[in-house]
Amino acid sequence: MATTAETFPRKVFRPSMLLYDKRYRSLTIQVVVLFLLMGFFAWLIDNTLTNLAALGRDFSFRFLGQTAGYDINQRLIDYNSQMTHGRAAVVGLLNTLLVAVLACVLATVVGVLAGVLRLSNNWLVAGLMTVYVEIFRNIPTLLWILIIFAIMTEAMPPPSAFRGEDATSSMLLWDTVAVTNRGVYIPEPLFSRSLGVIDMGSFLISIDLLAIVAVVGLSIWANKRLLAHATAVQNATGIRPKTWWKSILILVLPIVALLVVLGFHLGYPELRGFNFAGGTHLRNSLIALWFALGIYTGAFVAENVRSGILAVSKGQTEAAFALGLRPGLTMRLVILPQALRVIIPPLISQYLNITKNTSLALAVGYMDLRSTLGGITINQTGRELEGMLLMMLIYLVISLLISGAMNVYNARVKLKER
Amino acid sequence: MSDTHARTTAFVRDTMLPEAPAPIAQRGAVKWLRENLFSGWMNTALTLASLYVIWWLLAHITPWFGNAVWNANSLAECRAILDGRSGACLGVIRDRWHQLLFGFYPPQHYWRPVLALVLLFGALAPMLFSNLPRRLLWLSALYPFVAYHLLWGGSIWIPVVAAAGFGVGALAWRLITPYTALGAILAALVTPILWWVLAAGAVAGALTSVAPLGLEFVRSDRFGGFLISLVIGISGISLSLPLGVLLALGRKSDMLLLRSVCIIFIEFIRGVPLITLLFTASLLLNYFLPPGTSFDLILRVIIMVTIFAAAYIAEVVRGGLAALPRGQYEAADSLGLDYWRSMRLIILPQALKISIPGIVNTFIGLFKDTTLVVFIGLLDPIGLSNAIRADTSWNGIYWELFIFIGALFFVFCFGISRYSMYLERKLSRGHR
Repeated sequence: MATTAETFPRKVFRPSMLLYDKRYRSLTIQVVVLFLLMGFFAWLIDNTLTNLAALGRDFSFRFLGQTAGYDINQRLIDYNSQMTHGRAAVVGLLNTLLVAVLACVLATVVGVLAGVLRLSNNWLVAGLMTVYVEIFRNIPTLLWILIIFAIMTEAMPPPSAFRGEDATSSMLLWDTVAVTNRGVYIPEPLFSRSLGVIDMGSFLISIDLLAIVAVVGLSIWANKRLLAHATAVQNATGIRPKTWWKSILILVLPIVALLVVLGFHLGYPELRGFNFAGGTHLRNSLIALWFALGIYTGAFVAENVRSGILAVSKGQTEAAFALGLRPGLTMRLVILPQALRVIIPPLISQYLNITKNTSLALAVGYMDLRSTLGGITINQTGRELEGMLLMMLIYLVISLLISGAMNVYNARVKLKER
Repeated sequence: MSDTHARTTAFVRDTMLPEAPAPIAQRGAVKWLRENLFSGWMNTALTLASLYVIWWLLAHITPWFGNAVWNANSLAECRAILDGRSGACLGVIRDRWHQLLFGFYPPQHYWRPVLALVLLFGALAPMLFSNLPRRLLWLSALYPFVAYHLLWGGSIWIPVVAAAGFGVGALAWRLITPYTALGAILAALVTPILWWVLAAGAVAGALTSVAPLGLEFVRSDRFGGFLISLVIGISGISLSLPLGVLLALGRKSDMLLLRSVCIIFIEFIRGVPLITLLFTASLLLNYFLPPGTSFDLILRVIIMVTIFAAAYIAEVVRGGLAALPRGQYEAADSLGLDYWRSMRLIILPQALKISIPGIVNTFIGLFKDTTLVVFIGLLDPIGLSNAIRADTSWNGIYWELFIFIGALFFVFCFGISRYSMYLERKLSRGHR
């Protein structure tokens, strides 16, 4: 035994081992890569500094504090042209998030419907849905945005068509919604006994909204407690107390009471002068972006939903039936939890795509982050380097947040294997 | 027993009844309709709703296409011919199809892009159909240089000298391999770069002055329409696949530094919209490059699109690598294969096969995303549709152009997706 040990060569380090010994080679490669990378970045930064110096510029984000001087036609927070570039960027960011959320909701609804209907036994419906999915998936988003924008601006009646005795157009849904070539006017929520706003310095918070959020949150929490209590009683006695009417009371009554107290009513759009007034004005750019992204991405979501449902094997349904579960319960307790595990991750990456695709807002003049910070601000201040970097960083943060949420979800629903 | 039976049975049939046809409700079209379209009230409602949708679409589209006007040179002329009826003004397609396809490429040279496209199918054939002789792959390798020369033209010696760089690298490798394997690899990497940087320009210039052969040069800003989408899309696709595979391997590597670099790169590219990368290419690249460098906008866009698609492909391929059972890696190691051999012979063929649907989806996405170049001033089909609308005779025309452009993209993307389905079926080995 001792002799075999001695026949091995003693461990001496020779320089050639840096290349031919697997243990050291990876170290060598990494060091080389590190130097190459450092050299590359040094080269980039040196070039940038040289170029900036040649242009007589510095690298600073002070332009964010300067007066913007341009108007933004759609804003969720208070803004006027005397405010700073930084605030304009925030307005743009909020617009980006607004259209992204709207499009995500629409894409989910459309996608789930289309995906389920594509699996329907009805030949006609399944065929129609296949046509929808294939047509929308295979034509660029940008084209869909332009098409829907053109439909809104070219094919819809002008506000003047709503005027007079023999109006050629009429408002929809009992005279509450007006679809015109200048945008869609919908009723707006108003409070006659409003609680006012809190001034947070740079932005205002409506107390009404806070109250509504608080009440809804409390009701949901109370309802959860009620259901937990019912489950506890069921576990103890075997009989589940009836909770549905209590649930409805808890969920509906407080919010209705609050709305009555606040004097909630709807403000309807009316034709005044050459245009509609009152109500909420959804601009064509918002509608085009919202519907194009929603319906386009809906086609992808439909495919995810379809493959998710198909991924649950038939044996699962049969096993559930064998246990005596009814079809509704089978769907809720057996099929959906398994299908959702397949559906949700690609669904979230579709949400990510929607968020990134909102940057196409440029095509229809929607004032999103790219059009404010990455567009007019850059053009006015000439700070394309800083502006683009900041914009990329913001998009990156949003994306990382969404994918972080996806990772959390994936970890939660991961198959618990031994 | 048999007695009682015989007594109580009044009648026993001893011949077969002639076979009767199934009831009308249980056969043929009626049965199919009942089962597929009217099996319940819900299904019936869905059927009726779909029929209404189809009828509504047809009622609007049929007259529009039925009354289509081809022979008109302006929208006003079209409207005069239509006389208030609804109808398509396809005259704009007849008038401007060449622009939508080729942009402002000189008309007398249209044969060059067309030939490049035809040759593309020739170059793809050996890759797509495995029963063709392997030697044809050399022709595929030559294709990029041929296509470059066909599309841009200029002196024929530029692509020849560029291609020669690879020959120089191969030669260096051949010469040095007998002495040192590592040195050979380094030489194969370094000599082509030296050739391109130091010698290529001078050699090409000298050869051009000796024998000025070549096609007429076409500037990049003459490119447009579907041609530009295809050029960017196809170059992006072919360059991003190898880069994406390398990134995926890097992300799974044991080396910490390499892995982190790959992860940061992939996540950064996937986290920002393509349009910001394109703006970087058009606005910011001048900051990052040495003063005075400027190169072609189409080339910059191709680089950005390639990087963008490569990050996505890396993620798809990573999924394929992760889906392979660990035993495959261990089996490759136990055969004594080194890293590159085990990847090339064992791991990647299987991983790439699994990733085909994802890769093809990325390609289709990339091809559709080529329309975004309109934002940095390249005239892709959508940019041209704006340009055409800016002409007084076609001011206000939307649907005809959108439908034409949409149909072009649909044909290509749908074709690619069907091909990928075929490829998946062909490559599947009957196990999952």
